[in-house]
Amino acid sequence: MEHYTMNLTLKVWRQKNATSQGSFETYQVRNISSEMSFLEMFDVLNEELIHEGKEPIAFDHDCREGICGMCSMYINGRPHGPWEANTTCQLHMRAFKDGDTIVVEPWRANAFPVIKDLTVDRSAFDRIIQAGGYISVNTGSPVDANAIPVEKEKADMAFAAAACIGCGACVAACKNSSALLFVSAKVSHLALLPQGAPERRTRALNMVAQMDKEGFGSCTNTGACEAVCPKEISITNIARLNSEFTLAGLLSSNK
Amino acid sequence: MSLTGIFLILFLIVHVGLNACIWANDGGEMFNKAAHFMGANVVPRILEIGLFAGFLLHIIQGFALEFQNRAKRKQGYAVAMGNKGSKWYSRSMGLLGTLILLFLIMHIAHFWVPSRITGLPEAAYNPNHHDLFSEMVKVFEGNLLVVILYVLGCISLAWHLLHGFQSAFRTLGLTNHKYIGMISALGTGFSIIVPLAFAMMPISFYAGWV
Ligand code: HEM
Ligand code: SF4
Ligand code: FES
Repeated sequence: MEHYTMNLTLKVWRQKNATSQGSFETYQVRNISSEMSFLEMFDVLNEELIHEGKEPIAFDHDCREGICGMCSMYINGRPHGPWEANTTCQLHMRAFKDGDTIVVEPWRANAFPVIKDLTVDRSAFDRIIQAGGYISVNTGSPVDANAIPVEKEKADMAFAAAACIGCGACVAACKNSSALLFVSAKVSHLALLPQGAPERRTRALNMVAQMDKEGFGSCTNTGACEAVCPKEISITNIARLNSEFTLAGLLSSNK
Repeated sequence: MSLTGIFLILFLIVHVGLNACIWANDGGEMFNKAAHFMGANVVPRILEIGLFAGFLLHIIQGFALEFQNRAKRKQGYAVAMGNKGSKWYSRSMGLLGTLILLFLIMHIAHFWVPSRITGLPEAAYNPNHHDLFSEMVKVFEGNLLVVILYVLGCISLAWHLLHGFQSAFRTLGLTNHKYIGMISALGTGFSIIVPLAFAMMPISFYAGWV
């Protein structure tokens, strides 16, 4: 695709801290290259703001190659912007054209409170993982990698679920602010493998209990999560979690 | 939600089947006999209690779910996501359910109240049977507004089921792609055919086809 430059109008959510009100600020950015990434465009804007002696816009990012899940911007009414199966850091400016207005908001959910500008607190996800996203292994001398046979089909499904990078776009997109796609990916990834068998029941129960405690909503299968997930986590994982959870509730021996 | 939803779907099958007797072309005799069986036999009467309980539970769960979920995002977005990723009717189950509920209140007042409480005239072929059929004639014939409200109720039901039918099976944990495909296709067919059959009933009375 041919290279071009563009001038854009940005409307960005600015919020000083977790307790302040916050509002949209409008910025003009000029000579943006179509080959820049969306975050590089923000870098350019931030340098200008710093030169003008203003506060730069706070946003989360780390790897900038689509694998860490830190970047989190709600761009023109869609988490991670207009492209499918894509993170904000991998969104390129060729997705836009000269003269466009782009509205950028933080993830919105009670469970993801805004810390500053576009940065939200996603530690609720960490606490859900801590509640059950682990397995028991024997330490000592290493076990042969192929000691436990795993069905190819299940290994593939587990791998697909393990691709979740915990970005939270599923929550941001869901009208119920439900985290079920994320939780179902984490539960499925381990439930499908023999290594996950020992904690299988408590895992489903504890992770769902923690999810509810964090204030996420309940899933009604609208499918918005799957549509925006950068890792194309399938909504079928949610059905798997539902059956894992129901069976665990019926069969679990504790309480 | 899923269990009560599927229970209500089962009820719809029985309801649409029995009501289809109005098209038997016998002045409503077969329909009145079917209605008499449902009213006089102890088994359907016990099931009726279950039906009221099922509706009540589904409605309470539905409203609770809707309001709890709405409260999970105190500050909303300036640019709504809209249809990017989900269908409007999947996001409007609470609204569609409320419309069905309003329809249901009118519907119960039209038929259940006279047949169980205030009383109906005797059927011509048997004085021990109620003439529910002529009650339907009375409600619908020449009453365009009522017919339109019934058709709107059926349309709300169709959208509600278009999401609800397959959603219920996902909620229950159906993961097999082949079966999900089958259920979705079955659900789409059901959501169109059953409400359409219901909608044709008031239309048939209004148009004088029965
Ligand atoms: C004949 C009438 C009805 C039938 C057959 C029906 C069926 C269903 C089904 C199958 C579901 C999906 C359950 C799930 O995904 O777990 C559902 C969900 C729902 N229904 Fe109904 N329903 C009916 C009436 C109502 C009424 C009167 C309300 C009143 C508020 C209502 C409100 C809801 C709500 C809020 C949901 C949740 C949305 C979701 O889970 O996706 N429904 N219904
Ligand atoms: S399921 Fe997808 S959208 Fe949700 S946290 Fe994981 S990678 Fe992000
Ligand atoms: S910054 Fe790591 S995924 Fe975007």
